[in-house]
Amino acid sequence: MQFMLLFSRRGKLRLQKWYVPLSDKEKKKITRELVQTVLARKPKMCSFLEWRDLKIVYRRYASLYFCCAIEDQDNELITLEIIHRYVELLDKCFGSVCELDIFNFEKAYFILDEFLLGGEVQETSKKNVLKAIEQADLLQEEAETPRSVLEEIGLT
Amino acid sequence: MVPSLKLHDFMEEIRGAKTQAQEREVIQKECAHIRASFRDGDPLQRHRQLTKLLYVHMLGYPAHFGQMECLKLIASPRFIDKRVGYLGAMLLLDERHDAHLLITNSIKNDLSQGIQPVQGLALCTLSTMGSAEMCRDLATEVEKLLLQPGPYVRKKAILTAVHMVRKAPELSDIFLPLCAKLLHEHHHGILLGTITLIMELCERSPAALRHFRKVVPKLVQILRTLVTTGYSTEHSISGISDPFLQVQILRLLRILGRNHEKSSETMNDLLAQVATNTDTSRNAGSAVLFETVLTIMDIHSAAGLRVLAVNILGRFLLNSDKNIRYVALTSLLKLVKSDHSAVQRHRPTVVECLRESDASLSRRALELSLALVNSSNVRSMTQELQAFLESCPPDLRADCASGILLAAERFAPTKRWHIDTILHVLTTAGTYVRDDAVANLTQLIGGAQELHAYSVHRLYHALAEDISQQPLVQVATWCIGEYGDFLLENCEETEPLQVEEEEVMALLEKVLQSHMSLPATRGYALTALMKLSTRIQGDTEAAILEKMPLVEHGGPQTDEEAKESRDDTAPVPTEPQTSKLLDLLNLLDDTSGDTQQPPSLNPSPEGALVHLLDLPCAPPPPAPIPNLKVFEREGVQLNLSFTRPPGTPALLLITVTTTNSSEDEVTHFICQAAVPKSVQLQLEAPSGNTVPAQDGPPITQLFRILNPNKAPLRLKLRLTYNHFGQSVQEIFEVNNLPVKTWQ
Repeated sequence: MQFMLLFSRRGKLRLQKWYVPLSDKEKKKITRELVQTVLARKPKMCSFLEWRDLKIVYRRYASLYFCCAIEDQDNELITLEIIHRYVELLDKCFGSVCELDIFNFEKAYFILDEFLLGGEVQETSKKNVLKAIEQADLLQEEAETPRSVLEEIGLT
Repeated sequence: MVPSLKLHDFMEEIRGAKTQAQEREVIQKECAHIRASFRDGDPLQRHRQLTKLLYVHMLGYPAHFGQMECLKLIASPRFIDKRVGYLGAMLLLDERHDAHLLITNSIKNDLSQGIQPVQGLALCTLSTMGSAEMCRDLATEVEKLLLQPGPYVRKKAILTAVHMVRKAPELSDIFLPLCAKLLHEHHHGILLGTITLIMELCERSPAALRHFRKVVPKLVQILRTLVTTGYSTEHSISGISDPFLQVQILRLLRILGRNHEKSSETMNDLLAQVATNTDTSRNAGSAVLFETVLTIMDIHSAAGLRVLAVNILGRFLLNSDKNIRYVALTSLLKLVKSDHSAVQRHRPTVVECLRESDASLSRRALELSLALVNSSNVRSMTQELQAFLESCPPDLRADCASGILLAAERFAPTKRWHIDTILHVLTTAGTYVRDDAVANLTQLIGGAQELHAYSVHRLYHALAEDISQQPLVQVATWCIGEYGDFLLENCEETEPLQVEEEEVMALLEKVLQSHMSLPATRGYALTALMKLSTRIQGDTEAAILEKMPLVEHGGPQTDEEAKESRDDTAPVPTEPQTSKLLDLLNLLDDTSGDTQQPPSLNPSPEGALVHLLDLPCAPPPPAPIPNLKVFEREGVQLNLSFTRPPGTPALLLITVTTTNSSEDEVTHFICQAAVPKSVQLQLEAPSGNTVPAQDGPPITQLFRILNPNKAPLRLKLRLTYNHFGQSVQEIFEVNNLPVKTWQ
């Protein structure tokens, strides 16, 4: 995967994860153009389109568009499953994907980073991803991180 | 001073802003706070400030002043600080910034201090934005983590290695030896990462590819276990066990089996098993099946397996899910060359997909349909494609039209069918065809002698219905010019309809006059009119306008070259005349502003016309219309004489004679003319530019005026010349033009 963008129905960006090095200017240009292209699609059209030399896979969940740019040899159908899995994870952590529109945008990144790494799937068990998030959140709540607490929850 | 906002309040206030300007104001205010806080605020709050800044960055505002803060947060021992700091680094820093190197040390420390979530953060950041230099610096640390037993960190270390190999390929040597062993792990994340790493290594080095062929049996075993063992809730999606892992294994098998018989054989049975047993009621299964098909087609599979794979794609074409139809069309298009007959079997289904409402699907269906046309199905396929052409979205019309024309050219069963097909395309989508379509069709018709009558009848009727589509109009007018005599006879193959001369002329004149006609089209029409006026009347100039010999299929302007090659007079400079003519036309702008370009501005057909008619011929017989003296100044006089040749009622020939009875010669004499918009004017080159003194030989010049609408004729003249040492310019309108010149 080259990048993933989440944006609202009105084109406001909610998350941008870039797995390729591009300048800020290029990222802005790509984002603007791609968002426009996807928002212009009619509801019944298929989830795939060719844009520049990339394959774009997108899907809308409630008021959020999930949009991934994959390479030529990547499987479009499994990318749909990647998107769906991410949505399920967000749902579990937020209660509703719409909430992402308002709060805890940084958490969406933390969740994504437990599911994908360097643009590839790192963990295929939903349970494991959620467990990792839980433990990290627990760690975060500690003002300091005494070693004994870590030993208790088996993280050292 | 307004206090700094908490993140949620900040977000609310931004959402509340009604205009872009308001939003900017809110953000700028808060950024000032953030900056101040970074400078001398509470370090424990730093992560909150950075979070706000990252939010602002996502909205598109500058946030570079937060870069150093990311570094400070990463270096802090607190987990919350590291979490936000690393996130900031991934969002605000990348290879282009020098600052990114400063986090190498922090990452090194975090990787080695043994707290798993922290190691996870460091690995994640390294694999997202690590430069080649950073990767080299940290390779050993990552290797260590790859070897330690905890799966949480291990799986991340493996994927970080993938990134490192992409950035600094020489690091492959470190990671390659570790892979085979990792395949014996049971953790799905580790397996997935390892397979991804092996793929990356194989794609970079043929030696690595050879090395990893030995793991094919192991891969086959893993996949078989996944497919045959029961349902595991932890990794299943819609009853398919870990489709992500299955797809990845299939991809690696494809890479290893490609061009390698032995490996291909090893995986054959398994592929057949997966292909037949995967439940495709949901997308997850289809994704696995799709990957299987791609693998089968790319390795050395048994022929039967290949046919099975193509048939699976054919089934996908019938799936109610659009996405699945899309991948099927894309894949079939890739296979249409190598497995043509297998794909042909699905032609009816492909053709059905032309009716898709989704343009990205119908586009693929069009490409695939065109690729499937062959000599045995060309008639039915062309029919389908022509039906598609009539209703397809505009951006596909050009491709469809040229596709049909190309297919017709390659596989036309008969010349008549070919002509009919091109005619149909020109009438349906004439504006979308490529430029050479006209030349191609004229060449085709020209070469099919037995079809001249048929062609001209059909084209005449098509033209009579619609004169807007330029390619059609051009071909039709050319054809009428060439074979117009056939038009007046009946043709058995078309509907018997008596066509009168006047009708034909009227149609051609209509084309000439139409504002839809391009200059080139008018050229064709004019030429046709000229040819017909003599061909049908049997004038003395008939020999000049004989049928064209068939030209070789060459570049554009073949009509031109043929005509010019028969011309043996010196070339006449018509260009300067015509450009000045445009100026003059502006003077005579009597109706609304749209400047019609007369055909004389297009050099090609008009140029040839002038060449052809510049041959020596008898002067026009004296006309009953009286001559007219239009100008006199200091002994220089201009006289107009008029001729209306019989048989061409729209044509008026004016001969302008310039005489000089003065003591000084007239030199550099140029006469230009302008007429009303509805009238066509062409100027011949004058006989010279000089009139010697004391009634020396006059200058004569021929004006040709076409006035089919019988519009009242007005003529404006502009003269420039040198006389008595002065340059003279005169512009005037000719009064008293006899009514007979235009009625």
